[in-house]
Amino acid sequence: MHIDKDLVAASATPLVLGILEEGDSYGYAILKRVKQLSSGQMVWTDGMLYPLLHRLERLGFVRARWDVADNGRRRKHYSITSLGRDALTERRKQWDVVSEAMRRLQFDAIAVLRLGVA
Amino acid sequence: MNATIGLDEQIGQWRTYVARRPAISADDLDELENHLRDQVGDLQEAGLADDEAFLIAVKRIGRLDEVSREFAREHSERLWKQLVLSGDDSGQPRRRTLPVALALAVGAGLAVKLPALFGLTMADASFYVLNASLLVLPFLAAYFAWERRMGWTRGLALLVPPFLIGAVVANAYPLVEGGVMQILVVIHLPVFLWFAVGLAYTAGHWRSAQGRMDFVRFTGEWLIYYTLIALGGMVLMGLAFAGFQAIAVNVDSVLGQWVLPIGAAGAVIVAAWLVETKQSVVENIAPVLTAVFTPLTTLLLLVYLVALLSRGDLVNVDRELLILADLILVLVFGLLLYAISARDPQRPPAWFDGMQMVLVGAALAIDVVVLVAMAGRIAEFGASPNKVTALGLNLILLVNLGWSAWLGLGFLRGRRGFAALEHWQTTYLPVFAVWAALVAVGMPLVFGWG
Repeated sequence: MHIDKDLVAASATPLVLGILEEGDSYGYAILKRVKQLSSGQMVWTDGMLYPLLHRLERLGFVRARWDVADNGRRRKHYSITSLGRDALTERRKQWDVVSEAMRRLQFDAIAVLRLGVA
Repeated sequence: MNATIGLDEQIGQWRTYVARRPAISADDLDELENHLRDQVGDLQEAGLADDEAFLIAVKRIGRLDEVSREFAREHSERLWKQLVLSGDDSGQPRRRTLPVALALAVGAGLAVKLPALFGLTMADASFYVLNASLLVLPFLAAYFAWERRMGWTRGLALLVPPFLIGAVVANAYPLVEGGVMQILVVIHLPVFLWFAVGLAYTAGHWRSAQGRMDFVRFTGEWLIYYTLIALGGMVLMGLAFAGFQAIAVNVDSVLGQWVLPIGAAGAVIVAAWLVETKQSVVENIAPVLTAVFTPLTTLLLLVYLVALLSRGDLVNVDRELLILADLILVLVFGLLLYAISARDPQRPPAWFDGMQMVLVGAALAIDVVVLVAMAGRIAEFGASPNKVTALGLNLILLVNLGWSAWLGLGFLRGRRGFAALEHWQTTYLPVFAVWAALVAVGMPLVFGWG
């Protein structure tokens, strides 16, 4: 299923923050986790993740540090800050409202159909 | 083995290619390369050959244009030079800016001499101190309006009114020569008109925070270039003077009446052109100077604060002290602004940020001491234009620095991103423009011409 670009953009921030809430991570691992969580349905343009991470860093939602990975390469790790947790809680609430509204809409539609049949 | 070398080579080439994008820094490139290698590794494990894995991994990173534009959007501070320089993305052909800049520089120089046709010489100091910025800055605004392709209607609609207002203030107001009000107008009118140049600099997009910050950066660099050109010009003038005097040719009036005023006016445009064009060649100078003078100023202010407090009886101080406090605040504000404009917002707090907060704190403390000491006297003075201006500026800077200190402390304690501080400064910038306009245009109307 192709997921609309705007929807991907809107969900990117809470998804990344949520993944970082599970534990510190780095770019490639975050993308793998997104694929896993969406059963491969959400595919991002990989390069776009990094400007997003940097924006979250600038806003103070995440903190970054360079570590040396097992293979000897430098790797930039991100961790969520308390400010980021607050933002995530807020976003979650917003998403709940939206998805609840969508769900109700579906139920109502089904109810209307049934009435029509009866 | 052969294959791995091939892969490293390919990645090396890719790196070189991506590195050409000014929006992507070396650190970002490391991060992206890591990503690429992880991806290639996983694809190889899935059974793909090296070159296949590399191609797919590169493709997944995304179209470089789009990715780099996204980086540019987030890190525009890395880009401001290139953006103003060539407008690579706009698809419009690069224009030769030098001939136009030089023509406008000559125009500004001639404009300064234009009043001579009406019998005004350089000796008419009061005309020139009031009108200098009015004669020169329109050329600078015109340069940016042309360079940014503002278009005639939009350019004229935005830029003519402020200069027209300026002309009315400088020439239609019956200001008393050498009076307090004239001095206030002389100080504030150029500031007001400089913001009008800012309108042209941002191509009318003055609401954009990024545009405002770029204009701040430009202002700092321009001041430095102008100072350097002025120093060079003075050396040259001195040489010319001494040289001609040695052969008994009198060039006093040529130098004083023609070379100096035309040169000083033309240099305004030339300096601006240099800032725009040479930015990518030379590292910005304003932030470097800021870094040098922040510790020194901090030390000075701390010592001065101690001296001020140990004096004890500040009842007899005169209003000079208030103006001094204003100057200190302006200086600290400048240092803070330039440090902010040059700072990479990503960097975590460092000792320099702490030092800056000490600087701001010291300046605020001095200001409070001065204000408290003068509280009684200020009421006593009554509202003269001098006092209103000094107090108003003091208040404006106090609010700016006070809130900056609050935001800065939050940043140091990791509770807030640096962006908040940057955002505060760009939001506050119009307050200065409005204040300059109020003093230059409104004050004489309220307090009279004296």
